[in-house]
Amino acid sequence: MAHSEHPIVGNLTLISGPMVAAGGMLGVTMGEIVRVGNARLMGEVIRIDGATAYAQVFEDTGGLYVGEPVEAMGDALSVELGPGLLGGTFDGIQRPLESLRQASGDFIGRGLTSHALDRRTKWHLVPRVAPGDELTGGTVLGTVRETAGIEHRILAPPRAAGRVKRVVPEGEYTVTDTIVELDGGAALTLMHRWPVKQARPVARKLPPDRPFLTGQRVLDCLFPIALGGAAIVPGGFGTGKTVVEQTLAKFCNADVIVYVGCGERGNEMADVLSEFPALNDPRTGESLMNRTVLVVNTSNMPVAARDASVYTGITIAEYYRDQGYDVAVMADSTSRWAEALREISSRLEEMPGEEGYPTYLSARVAEFYERSGRVVCAGGERVGSLTLVGAVSPPGGDFSEPVTQTSLRVTGGLWALDSALAYRRHYPAINWNRSYSLYFAELDAWFDEHAPAGWIRQRQTAMQLMQRDAELQEVVQLVGPDALQDNERLILEISKMIREVFLQQNAFSDNDAFSSLEKSAGLLEALLAFHDACREQLDREVSLSRILDLPIREDLARLRDVPNEAFAERTRQVIEAMKTALAELTPKG
Amino acid sequence: MQTHEDHPRPARNDLVHREYWDLTYVTGPLVFLGNGERFPTGAMLDLVLDSGERRQGQVLEASRSRAVVQVLQGTHGIDVKRTAVSLRQDAARIAASKDVIGRRFNGVGDPIDGLPPLVADIEIDIGGAAINPVSRDKPSDFIETGISTIDGFNTLVRGQKLPIFFGAGLPANELASLIVRQAATQSDAEEFVVVFGAMGITEREAAFFLRSFEEGGRGSRVVAFINKASDPAIERLFTPRCALTIAEYLAFQHDCQVLVVLSDMTNYCEALRQIASAREEIPGRRGYPGYMYTDLASIYERAGRIRGKTGSVTQIPMLSMPDDDITHPIPDLTGYITEGQIVMSRGLHRRGVFPPVDVLPSLSRLMNNGIGEGLTRKDHRELANQLYACYAHGRDIRKLMSIVGEDALTALDQKYLRFAESFEAQMVGQGHTRRAIGETLDLGWQLLSIIPKEELTRINKDLIDRYYSEIMENGVPSPYI
Repeated sequence: MAHSEHPIVGNLTLISGPMVAAGGMLGVTMGEIVRVGNARLMGEVIRIDGATAYAQVFEDTGGLYVGEPVEAMGDALSVELGPGLLGGTFDGIQRPLESLRQASGDFIGRGLTSHALDRRTKWHLVPRVAPGDELTGGTVLGTVRETAGIEHRILAPPRAAGRVKRVVPEGEYTVTDTIVELDGGAALTLMHRWPVKQARPVARKLPPDRPFLTGQRVLDCLFPIALGGAAIVPGGFGTGKTVVEQTLAKFCNADVIVYVGCGERGNEMADVLSEFPALNDPRTGESLMNRTVLVVNTSNMPVAARDASVYTGITIAEYYRDQGYDVAVMADSTSRWAEALREISSRLEEMPGEEGYPTYLSARVAEFYERSGRVVCAGGERVGSLTLVGAVSPPGGDFSEPVTQTSLRVTGGLWALDSALAYRRHYPAINWNRSYSLYFAELDAWFDEHAPAGWIRQRQTAMQLMQRDAELQEVVQLVGPDALQDNERLILEISKMIREVFLQQNAFSDNDAFSSLEKSAGLLEALLAFHDACREQLDREVSLSRILDLPIREDLARLRDVPNEAFAERTRQVIEAMKTALAELTPKG
Repeated sequence: MQTHEDHPRPARNDLVHREYWDLTYVTGPLVFLGNGERFPTGAMLDLVLDSGERRQGQVLEASRSRAVVQVLQGTHGIDVKRTAVSLRQDAARIAASKDVIGRRFNGVGDPIDGLPPLVADIEIDIGGAAINPVSRDKPSDFIETGISTIDGFNTLVRGQKLPIFFGAGLPANELASLIVRQAATQSDAEEFVVVFGAMGITEREAAFFLRSFEEGGRGSRVVAFINKASDPAIERLFTPRCALTIAEYLAFQHDCQVLVVLSDMTNYCEALRQIASAREEIPGRRGYPGYMYTDLASIYERAGRIRGKTGSVTQIPMLSMPDDDITHPIPDLTGYITEGQIVMSRGLHRRGVFPPVDVLPSLSRLMNNGIGEGLTRKDHRELANQLYACYAHGRDIRKLMSIVGEDALTALDQKYLRFAESFEAQMVGQGHTRRAIGETLDLGWQLLSIIPKEELTRINKDLIDRYYSEIMENGVPSPYI
């Protein structure tokens, strides 16, 4: 605590919504936490003007009087990092929502404080260092089995350095028990604190060359991003941003998920909280909640805490990344965060940039997304990654607005949601003509080696077909389908099948919600094989209508309902049957 | 864990009634006071004009040298020299007791039914606190409205907030009153309450709502907060909060199933804009303040269920879209907060279809929680998806036909066209009849029989075998399961 000897206590001079000012605060630092008023509401210093400090307050400021005391607390906004985070649900400033409920009931009260990590829980520590060892920031001090799937590596805080003087024996410890003492007297515990607005240091960044697999065909096949990559999911209301984020949280191949519900609906979080504990991680078979940390600041919770919530979430994610895990952050929605920045900026009477957003919006957004990446962790040869998927809620669904455009510049993937697709219940409503991924070059080597043969070629063929389909649709809109040749109409039909069978995926069907790489590839292969076989028949002058009347089309369409395990066998059968059926159409002689 | 909420305040709320005469500035709905240290932010003030007229104000912002106060009844007639200001309450509160049921109030909670003020069990801050997300219970109780486009395609569940978006001249009020009446008949009469918040609606509309709520004998179960078009605009900012505070009180302290109808949210937003512009805030889109999302969320999020409690707050905000524009900031921000929306269509209305709900842009996000086996019927979800897909395709074909003519369409296209027509005429255009959910779904299967079976790839084969074939063979509706 920087001010423990001479506490800085000033008095409120201005209260304006979530922003307050206090005089007599000389010596307070930018970003420092302050306690505001008799209710001791938590705030963060965002401007200093001589002895006057301006702060954004993370709780409702109603009822404050001018003149009430404001105390500087010495630290920047920090989070507690240690075992016990997984499975937890926290608000934007890392207070466990369950503790808040115990303190103030079903409605959140004000001025509550609570430790993020429970102080009484004992964890079984297996030490990994011995007296005499030199340690630096990130050295693994020991391990704790946090959940069945995740071994929690207790890390030396990033700024720690020195020689180990004493280590406790293997045994049960709380997060505040000293487990390692250094020569200089420094005592290390199971947990440490870290300021959220500062990226945690890494040894070095690595190229992102392994895919972030999601079990969603349209993403894995057409627009894959890398582990350590960043993508945005923009879409107007009702296009399914939240469903996409939740689906990724359920099925993606990360070890740890941090889900940040920023300025969104309370009932959605109730959904996650009731659904996740009951679902199993498709890879480990364990409850999904055991690999998930929820940071929740719903739209009716204080606006300034939205800013805190995204940083709290990403700092927790970095901490697990530093332990050598693949971590994914789902931020839903970054637009609400940007709006919080705009509101505070406007209260500070800063000169607005585009659409009233502050001019530093793009810098903040860039800093945030740059905290993603695949890295060699500090303090050891561990490799971890942090993948970031941010939902964006553009007003009116118009992507030309500042938050979407700013985010596009600093991310490598665009999964564009389309209300026209959502209206017809084509889910996920990801528009294949607008979306893109910049990670193909890095990922092709991996897909070459690990994905089913022909994956890359099929992807290209499918994209070309969809592109051609878009062009032909324009023609049809002008002159009608009669003007097209049979082989062009075939493209329309195949594209329709790709849309309905391959690109659409039913998040509520047990067999279809998660599509393995093998199933995705097999499904596309079957559809493209059908296209090739049909073209062959057209060349032999078989009419398109005869081909399209074949009942085998329905079998193809139903392939996606086949479970992942039975899929290979069933596909082989259908492709065989399809080839036979088509061959029978060839005129004899 | 400790709360500081109950810390003693400096002795300013003493019993001595103090009056101040230091108004310095009057603009639009705002007045400024020359000293901001006397009242807490959010406090309610009494302003007594020279004529003796009493008005209410609320402190929006306070600093040493000034307090910004919004005057609910407007500033016309206020002068800086002779207006006395005094503290009324340290926050905007409303009296609540179970006797509130059956009463009528104005937009700020004063009785207008000629009866004496309520004897309060408790006084509650109308600003409300956020429901702790971990205390929320997942809304999943299906409300059968008897309207196919809602029950079948945009299912409403208890604890949901589902607004109705409509253009001027569309029968949205009729639709809302149908929903309310139907929801009422489903619940045990003793536990069902309608809370009606009217913001800036006409005398005629207010009368329509009150009459329709009273039909069916539920009049005694209505609480109404009415701010009419002729009433002070700034009072509208308080109306939905009063209504929702009472709704929460009845739902979570008296186990009531509460349905809140708020009409018209567009008028509320305009009052919000009026304050923002008077405060010289930097305007956002179309002049609405940048914090309108947050402000609307503080209203809409006050819906839901709480674990361990039987009551619920379900919200149906009514919202007129200026120029039928769904991308206008008010419907746009609303759609981002609410759990879906029911969108009314001028085209259908012109063709005499009632209720003219356009199912394509309509959505219920909580639909999947409320339907399926054990809730409605096993085939509900897939059937609805299939009908959506077919109808959307049929509408595309209709557009295409207007360009290339009907002759250019394939036989299959013509089937889709016929499907879309029948869907609108029969499924959507049910008139004032009431359909049980089973009837809606059976009608869906009948309509699907227009389309060849091979096209129905959204429905699991087992369901097709069971329902489609049955309909095709005997044309009789399958029994309601």
